[in-house]
Amino acid sequence: MNKDSIKKITSMRLFLPIVCLIAVLLVNLITTPGFFKISINNGVLYGYIVDVVNRASELVILAVGMTLVTAASGGQDISVGAVMAVAAAVCCQILSGGEVSVTELAAPMALAIIAAILASALCGAFNGFLVAKMNIQPMVATLILYTAGRGIGQLITAGQITYVRVDSYKVFGGYIGKIPVPTPIFLAIIVVIIVNLILKKTALGLYIESVGINGTASRLVGLNSTLIKFLTYVICGVLAGIAGIIASSRIYSADVNNIGLNLEMDAILAVALGGNVLGGGKFSLMGSVIGAYTIQALTTTLYAMNVKADQLPVYKAIVVVIIVTLQSPVFQSFIAKQRAKKAAAAVEGGK
Amino acid sequence: MSNDVVLSMKDISKTFPGVKALQHVDFTLRKGEIHALMGENGAGKSTLIKVLTGVHSLDGGEIRIAGSDAPIINKSPQDAQSHGISTVYQEVNLCPNLSVAENLFIGREPRKLGFIDWHTMNKKSTELLKSLDIDARATDKLEECSLAKQQMIAIARAVDMKCQVLILDEPTSSLDDEEVEKLFVLMRRLRKEGVGIIFVTHFLEQVYAVCDRITVLRNGTLVGEYPVKELPRVELVAKMMGKNFDDLADIKGDHKALEKFEPVIEAEQVGRKGSIKPFDFVVNKGEVVGLTGLLGSGRSELVRAIYGADKPDTGKIKVNGKEVKINSPLDAMKQGMAYLPEDRKKDGILADLSVRENIIIALQAKRGMFHPMSRKEMEEAADKYIDMLQIKTASRETPIKSLSGGNQQKVIIGRWLLTNPDYLILDEPTRGIDIGTKTEIQKLVLDLADQGMAVTFISSEVEEMLRTCSRMGVLRDGKKVGEISGDQLTQEGVMKAIAGGDSNE
Amino acid sequence: MAKLKATTDSNRKINGNTFLLIITIALFAVMYIAGMVIFADKGFAKPQMFLNLFISNAGLLVIAVGQTIVMITGGIDISVGSITALVCMVMANQMENHGMSAYAAIAVALVIGLAFGIVQGFLISYLEIQPFIVSLAGLFFGRGMTSMVSTEMISIKNETFLAWANAKIYLPFIGSYSKSGKFHPAYIYPTVIVALIIVAIIAIVMKYTKFGREVYAVGGNAQSALMMGLNVKKIKFKAYVLEGLLAGCGGFLFCLNSCAGFVEQAKGLEMDAISASVIGGTLLSGGVGTPFGTIFGVLIKGTITSLITTQGTLSSWWVRIVLSALLCFFIVLQAIFARMKKKNA
Repeated sequence: MNKDSIKKITSMRLFLPIVCLIAVLLVNLITTPGFFKISINNGVLYGYIVDVVNRASELVILAVGMTLVTAASGGQDISVGAVMAVAAAVCCQILSGGEVSVTELAAPMALAIIAAILASALCGAFNGFLVAKMNIQPMVATLILYTAGRGIGQLITAGQITYVRVDSYKVFGGYIGKIPVPTPIFLAIIVVIIVNLILKKTALGLYIESVGINGTASRLVGLNSTLIKFLTYVICGVLAGIAGIIASSRIYSADVNNIGLNLEMDAILAVALGGNVLGGGKFSLMGSVIGAYTIQALTTTLYAMNVKADQLPVYKAIVVVIIVTLQSPVFQSFIAKQRAKKAAAAVEGGK
Repeated sequence: MSNDVVLSMKDISKTFPGVKALQHVDFTLRKGEIHALMGENGAGKSTLIKVLTGVHSLDGGEIRIAGSDAPIINKSPQDAQSHGISTVYQEVNLCPNLSVAENLFIGREPRKLGFIDWHTMNKKSTELLKSLDIDARATDKLEECSLAKQQMIAIARAVDMKCQVLILDEPTSSLDDEEVEKLFVLMRRLRKEGVGIIFVTHFLEQVYAVCDRITVLRNGTLVGEYPVKELPRVELVAKMMGKNFDDLADIKGDHKALEKFEPVIEAEQVGRKGSIKPFDFVVNKGEVVGLTGLLGSGRSELVRAIYGADKPDTGKIKVNGKEVKINSPLDAMKQGMAYLPEDRKKDGILADLSVRENIIIALQAKRGMFHPMSRKEMEEAADKYIDMLQIKTASRETPIKSLSGGNQQKVIIGRWLLTNPDYLILDEPTRGIDIGTKTEIQKLVLDLADQGMAVTFISSEVEEMLRTCSRMGVLRDGKKVGEISGDQLTQEGVMKAIAGGDSNE
Repeated sequence: MAKLKATTDSNRKINGNTFLLIITIALFAVMYIAGMVIFADKGFAKPQMFLNLFISNAGLLVIAVGQTIVMITGGIDISVGSITALVCMVMANQMENHGMSAYAAIAVALVIGLAFGIVQGFLISYLEIQPFIVSLAGLFFGRGMTSMVSTEMISIKNETFLAWANAKIYLPFIGSYSKSGKFHPAYIYPTVIVALIIVAIIAIVMKYTKFGREVYAVGGNAQSALMMGLNVKKIKFKAYVLEGLLAGCGGFLFCLNSCAGFVEQAKGLEMDAISASVIGGTLLSGGVGTPFGTIFGVLIKGTITSLITTQGTLSSWWVRIVLSALLCFFIVLQAIFARMKKKNA
């Protein structure tokens, strides 16, 4: 490969995110030699890599919503974890008909799911209203639901963990019939495909970027900046709702205190790792998706290295700081200058 | 360095990736001199200033300043300031949340026992403001002052810091005539005190009113340095453009006078509280109507009210005779209107998006979210206008922020032409554009009118409007006070109309 | 030639920011008085109740003031809860398991806070990484480190430390009468005095020192500040270092209240600090905010907690919900004022 094609590849938007993912996967491979091994036991896929992809599903879905919100409004929605809990609470509470634990559905599944998604959409609309209409900074506006969301979820479940021990409910977090691939993986892929289609087949992707770069100018060219921003928050809310249902289905219950805990942070990191500017504007959905899988792979690496769950965050923090530093323009220009100095010195030395 | 020189820049070169911004440029500033720095867009004026003030680093050449034997290197605005070089930029570089006094004294606040002495600071500020005849109080929060006032405060700050070299970078863009005169009085006073002033501006009038020397740059190289008295306007313009140019040429010559009057836009008693008093305004097919008046008289506000950029509270608008409801810019666009905003940086360009995306965005918005333009369509549209308007860009995918101001403006113009409007509003379309392109745009406007487009042309340069408009609306203090046409369309006629009453007062 | 009158300069004596502060103070007064009226029988009207607000929140007060400083620069630090937990845990561990003296423990607290401030400040100011991301990493790091020190709770039994924690300072003339007629004088703890002194010092720094004014300048318009010759990066860095130091200090005061270190401690404290700042008049956009206002933000938070605790039957989740609602209210108010300002300009 000559210099030009190297340059072309490294300047690709997705270059750094892919490199990070590969790096993390390699570390995984080193610490766990059987990392990429996949086997089928009891008609179901097993393996570290399967686990990573499976468990990353909620994160991927959240990251998609977070990317749009970031791009259009230049800020992040830190309430997504809490919104997941709210959706889970609504869903389980309806399915249990108010009981603490049921073995039969007290209401049609479709009803519960629609209600849960409506609830999460409502949360998204609340956030969207504050950000788009009242012009409040996203991180602060979503701080409100971040703080109050789980409290509201507690009120919905009357302070207890509601269990829905019904097979049909476990499908979303488990398996559909005889298919060996876990359902969440499918759901995540479907979400990414659908959102991508919407962005590309309509002008919404361009609109979001335009609004994120310059809201005033966008308005003057005929775009409804307020509506577009609002939409991204509603979409983010809906996606958080879907993620919440998946998470709840995995444990067939609504554990409001723990569902989606700290996931908002992971989602934001996924967006950042994906090469997206957190200040808004141009975005790459695939970048965030890659970032989400990278973070999940990182988590798996650390577990394999016998890091306890509570201590996990330390390593994530360090890795994140390293990656964000590498991505920072200041750092990159510093490196470029050092390289130029070295090159100049080499030339001098050769004379 | 000879005794009367206060600043000497020799053989300055600066290259950015892909662009040679400055090549072997010399610039000399003498004590007690007001020196204009001129050139078309992309000439290198702002780069030269930024190199001098430490915003950019030098690639080649040296800078010397009076009082220092060795060449100086400015690595930051702070360095420049310590060498006695003060700059006042076009964008007011002050802190809106702080008081006027604080803004005047940031970095050099009077102290008492190590703590900030507010009392002295306020007192000194009041004295300084008074001495420069600026109507503001030391304790006012800066954001509560008008933009013009903020700029004067910025200049007051620079002045108070006893600089040897004062750089004024397009300071008069947002000032009205009275304020410009005050500024000139200030500049002349400083000149007497021996300060060297670099005056970067587009306004020819102002250059001839107050400057002693002119340095002309073109395409990053030095064209020459001339005493003002020895350089007639025509020659100055020629040197800036590199060709012969008669700036008094009448380009309207071939343009047909309007025969039929078919109103495209009729505004009846349209008004917006606090912005523009209710007005009537008619634009006919194929007509170029100008809007003139002093700064702040409501020209932009008037067109923005019609376009729906700022929704009016009263009145009605008719398009082609039918009354329409315009609640947002999109409604206006669907009615065939297009609006080029005054402030392209804030209201026009989508900085990180490509030239292509910037060109097609308005048409795309008009079509709606569910009818995206195909890649091919977008590329063809972009290429068409890059060609037609001679937009200098590496490719259609280049982010618009990499283009020079003038070329950015051309992209925005292309954006609106693509929507094929029936009514085109141009608010200061030639601001920040070199003379050659200015004329091109004026010619373009006349051509569009010939093809049947209705145009409203707003410019602070009355000359420009006189060359293109067949009729002008006159505004004063937020109100449309009348219209002039025919014989009244002369410099004098316009001035009289703007002044109103007894213009000998 | 007609004269042009520039747009009207404001002759308002009270500008938007002052008005917001008045609302905050009024809100506190209303809430507290309502509490006094509704819960008079449960002792809410006693002076001690008011002093308890300071006692329970001495640590938060210092931390919130630090938060105010970085918020003025336009940044934020969501790691302070984790810093507090780490400070408490390390102090407890050192004093109980390694025999460190209580005096040395103070130094430990300050060093931890400083370390966070320096690292985060460097990343934010010099590498220009978003404050939210950096402090998010800090939040993770701090919480994780806390559990690395120990996953079990460590109670502090160090005598000096406990002496400080329990040293009641009785106030003259202020107190209340119990049912039997005995006069119980009101008291505070040294933590309150330390906290108030620190807040006073910071208030002076913000108003009367070069550094303080530079912080406001950078928050108002960093680009302008740069053009005016201010070293924006250095100023932001210093702001974060100071905030880190205050976080360490606040963590120490916090520990004097809890006298223990455990992994889940101070969870959500950062939100309390941010809420207190915002409710106290700190603008999220930067450039505006005062330690004085933040005091009232903390008092409001304390009052809500007291009201809910005194009421007795409501779950503690309600404190979070009410605080969030208030935060929402003030944020919306700030947004409305910002809009009005824009219209008048």
